[in-house]
Amino acid sequence: MVQFNLPKNSRVTEGKTHEAPDGAIKLRNIKVYRWNPDDEDNPRVDTYQVDLDTCGPMVLDALIKIKDEIDPTLTFRRSCREGVCGSCAMNIDGNNTLACTKFIDDVKGDIKIYPLPHMAVVKDLVPDMTQAYAQYTSIEPWLKTTTPAPERERLQSQDDRAKLDGLWECILCFSCSTSCPSYWWNGERFLGPAILLQTYRWISDSRDEAAGERLDALEDPFRMFRCHTIMNCTQTCPKSLNPAKAIGELKKLLVSRTV
Amino acid sequence: MSLRSPLGRIKGLGIAHEGVGHWWVHRLGSLALVPLTIWFVASLVSLAGADYFAMREWMGSPVVAGLLIMLIVAMFHHASMSLGVVIEDYVHNEAAKIASLIAVKAATVVLSLIGVLSVLSVLFGR
Repeated sequence: MVQFNLPKNSRVTEGKTHEAPDGAIKLRNIKVYRWNPDDEDNPRVDTYQVDLDTCGPMVLDALIKIKDEIDPTLTFRRSCREGVCGSCAMNIDGNNTLACTKFIDDVKGDIKIYPLPHMAVVKDLVPDMTQAYAQYTSIEPWLKTTTPAPERERLQSQDDRAKLDGLWECILCFSCSTSCPSYWWNGERFLGPAILLQTYRWISDSRDEAAGERLDALEDPFRMFRCHTIMNCTQTCPKSLNPAKAIGELKKLLVSRTV
Repeated sequence: MSLRSPLGRIKGLGIAHEGVGHWWVHRLGSLALVPLTIWFVASLVSLAGADYFAMREWMGSPVVAGLLIMLIVAMFHHASMSLGVVIEDYVHNEAAKIASLIAVKAATVVLSLIGVLSVLSVLFGR
């Protein structure tokens, strides 16, 4: 059966509380999942009291403040701090999103932060993305053509270019895939919404000549058809994209080849 | 522990070359079940309080018998496909998965056969 409970050595325990220095007025509890591969301890949730008067407005600002001023052992990925690199995707207040574009004020009460769900954890808030990146490689996400390259660029009409809107903006943060129960239960065989949206991005590209073989690669009970239109992907996408719609379009394209 | 590359693991045994038919038939079946179920429930409501003979007479009409057979076949076929998907999703032990898939398929075939033969025996007055 699918494992609904965490194994014994993964059960999360109560961790330490780091209290704010005296004099801080606007306090907020930030509860962060901690796990270190180098000791034998179970994961724990540490509580950090953060003074919001001396902190930026985003959840990522609070995490950086914690790392700089309270606990340098806290580990997380971040880079662009403006929602284009996808590094700081994590589960904040029960939803997968980007810490850099999530306002602290949008969360009521304590802010609970966990790594992306159902991924192996490397350390603290850093998930192991190896499988997701391999799935991305497997769909060959580049322009494939048989027609020889023209002397200058391959042209695309404005209408055809517009078909890529809502697809090219994906930053591969995998918030969607890791919110999808089908991906949780069958992540090794189901490609997940992020990768399927990318597949649709290449099939939609008027310059690409491999739509047929890209669709062939989805003709399988697991690779795409494990999608049961749960739509967590669309609800959670921090870039407001619609992977569920992209998957729906892919299903329609596959049916249109036979009906 | 395996040193197989992540890409090799993901590609696995390749593509099954099926799945579209299952998905399409599953959708068509659920569409067909909407009017059939409404008709069936409305008929039962209008027959509330009817005695055995009135019920037999109703089922003895070829139109009603035909619709009932369609309902029974569509319903059990849909149930078989849906339960199959649930099992494939959640049961990861290979032996338990195959056994429960076969059990569901067998149960739905037997139940739909019983249903269809019952309608036919009423239709032909046995």
